[in-house]
Amino acid sequence: MICVQVEDFDVGKLYDKLCRSSDVGGVVTFVGRVRDFNQGHDVTGLYLEHYPGMTESALEEIAHQAKARWPLSELIIVHRVGELSLTEQIVFVGASSAHREAAFSACQFVMDFLKNRAPFWKKECTTTGQRWVEAEQKDADALKRW
Amino acid sequence: MITVRFFASTRELLGTDLLEIEDASLSVAGLRAKLISHGANWERGLANSLVAVNQVMVADEQQTLIAGDEVAFFPPVTGG
Repeated sequence: MICVQVEDFDVGKLYDKLCRSSDVGGVVTFVGRVRDFNQGHDVTGLYLEHYPGMTESALEEIAHQAKARWPLSELIIVHRVGELSLTEQIVFVGASSAHREAAFSACQFVMDFLKNRAPFWKKECTTTGQRWVEAEQKDADALKRW
Repeated sequence: MITVRFFASTRELLGTDLLEIEDASLSVAGLRAKLISHGANWERGLANSLVAVNQVMVADEQQTLIAGDEVAFFPPVTGG
């Protein structure tokens, strides 16, 4: 399931969706949140822009690749857009499988590719004004392990 | 007609999110060069931006555009 939405998400409900099949033996979930600092700035909130249509396709493609690579029961990606306040949830990635290794790997794979390939852009509100977040080399480097 | 869209910091630098261009025989590289010739902000906004055609990232900018294509320029992505 892929979802790009303004609304917050309920981790409990998404977890239940990951566990619907009785062959699920391991579930891994990741939640990204708005934190109070980034790249040396005090952050008070975020604005997330996306490219409607292309963003969803990019996430579908990443999910497709993860499913081809590991035997997954369910894979869920939810990413929020619009104005987000400090401590709010930004992104959810959850993977369920018969065994934990597939679920752990799929979750990391999806996050690594999402951070490099999915058209989302963060603008931070900081104590000294607004700034677009710059892409980081460590995120590009993270793809090398796959 | 080719639709050209801009996102995030690229959009803000250019002060527009949408352009329509009549010339449909350009390559992606040709379109980028044509837009950059509009001025300093355009050069700053587009010189290093990523580009997608019909919502797919472009690997070869020699690709020729055809009428009805949607081209998008944007900075490296920062979601997650």
